[in-house]
Amino acid sequence: MSFLLDLTGVSLSFAGSRVLDNVDFKVPASRIISLIGPNGAGKTSLFNCITGFYKPQQGSVRFDGTETLKLKPHQVTRLGVARTFQNVRLFREMSVLENVMSGQHVRTRAGAIDAILGLPSQRREEAAIRAVAAECLTFVGITEGWDRDATTLPYGWQRRVEIARALATQPRLLLLDEPAAGLTSGEKEELIDLIRRIRGERDVCILLIEHDTGLVMRLSERVSVLDHGVMIAEGTPKEIQSNPKVIEAYLGVEEDSLGL
Amino acid sequence: MSSPGPQSVESRPSAWGGLTALLDTPAKQITAIVIMLAAMIVAPWVLGPYATVIITNALLYAILALGLNIVVGYAGLLDLGYAAFFAVGAYAVGILTVTFGWNFWATLPVAVLAAMIAGVLIGGPTLRLRSDYLAIVTLGFGEIVRITARNLHITGAASGISGIEQPWLFGWQIRTTVDFYYVFLGLAVIAIIVSVRLANSRLGRAWLYVRHDEDAAEAMGIDRVRVKLAAYIIGAIYGSIGGAFFAVNLTAISPESFSFRQSTLFLMAVILGGMGKIPGVILGAFIVVLAPEVLRDFGAFRYLIFAVGLLLIMLFRPSGIWPVRVRR
Repeated sequence: MSFLLDLTGVSLSFAGSRVLDNVDFKVPASRIISLIGPNGAGKTSLFNCITGFYKPQQGSVRFDGTETLKLKPHQVTRLGVARTFQNVRLFREMSVLENVMSGQHVRTRAGAIDAILGLPSQRREEAAIRAVAAECLTFVGITEGWDRDATTLPYGWQRRVEIARALATQPRLLLLDEPAAGLTSGEKEELIDLIRRIRGERDVCILLIEHDTGLVMRLSERVSVLDHGVMIAEGTPKEIQSNPKVIEAYLGVEEDSLGL
Repeated sequence: MSSPGPQSVESRPSAWGGLTALLDTPAKQITAIVIMLAAMIVAPWVLGPYATVIITNALLYAILALGLNIVVGYAGLLDLGYAAFFAVGAYAVGILTVTFGWNFWATLPVAVLAAMIAGVLIGGPTLRLRSDYLAIVTLGFGEIVRITARNLHITGAASGISGIEQPWLFGWQIRTTVDFYYVFLGLAVIAIIVSVRLANSRLGRAWLYVRHDEDAAEAMGIDRVRVKLAAYIIGAIYGSIGGAFFAVNLTAISPESFSFRQSTLFLMAVILGGMGKIPGVILGAFIVVLAPEVLRDFGAFRYLIFAVGLLLIMLFRPSGIWPVRVRR
């Protein structure tokens, strides 16, 4: 079976301390997969290895058959991997629309000379960039305030703008790093609906890191558990909930955090 | 576009600063531009030759400040040796016209190419670094260019190059102070148009993305090194064109025209007016050139007064004189 994302034997160390230890992680296309684990388990580090921000010392990271270990983050994005950040990182002093337009950079090509001469092809491309950004904003449910400074929006809206920005790169795999953090319960319901629509209507595979286990169990088709840099379990939400290794990993941190 | 939410109406600041709010219709914008241009066109006839020379110099500074603004204001790269590109353009023209007898117009592409190569050589290795190393490297580069010019035979050593022929254009020689005033006015208009078009382009936005958050920009698929290098090279082209016309205007150049002090004055114009804001940067250039002239009556004290004024502006308006937005 071929996988959209295929990590084999990935090990990552910082200054001698091992963050990821021989991690195998396979993601088939068009799934909603969650990555859970106690704080400091290495979940975000794994995201950073997938997106090219970190370079693991050992192992292989393949996206749709292409080895990405040697690629820079922008090249990984071009292949079709998009991400959001654990702490929302929108571009300051730029409008909501301009923030989302950034995602189209990798799918467009006009350079300095096209812009200076204002060539028709450049104007058409600008219009197309705006159209994609507008479509992505509408998709995530933001239909007004597009000319506002993005960082002045309410927090829940900023999270959705960040997802719209990632969608504007036209990805095939979307990595969401704690997308529900700081959201109200109503907003969490909207997020679940949005993530399902992204997979259903846009055929984007979703990989999410999330601490809200209730949300993880409802949304995910498969769940992987990382603990101290080691992948300790993989299975359906039901299997994970009753896996003794997972319960043990979580017991040391906070009881009942799996909602058992 | 739909109207912003009712709570806080906070549009983002644009490259035009508060002007977008004040001049909110195309008719108002065109009127303002026509009035400004008309004033600039009649200025030499109203103000006399002395003021014309000073304003020509201010226009040169405006062109260079707009170029440096792309590097510092848009891409957020601190360049402390911008005068080096100015020198590369001036010396390319000086050497090729005086020593090799080239036509001025033929030297222009060479001047631009030389500055682009210098930009790649300096920017290529240093723009990969994530910090202010670039400031130190550019500072060194500025000094290297000046000291090299001072010591090479071909650049005329300390005395520089003189007797640079003033250029001919369709049988008319650009010669008088008023001629050069119009040449620099034309160059400044082109510099503004190019800056505006770049600011509102895919590349212009990429500069802002990288300046505000390099990681997020990379995650969006932007090659930060490439984008920064583009800013650095475009800045270098502005500098070399400014330098080329500077050389034929003065007909003589020497290493001291390209000192660190020059680099700081260009940077001051950008920061004083307001980084990234085109009208602010032009205003900054005019202040840097005109203030010492206006304060001439104060004799040796004028630089002290100028310096205190600058300090006060930076204390009370740290993001520059030009307003970010004007409330309606």
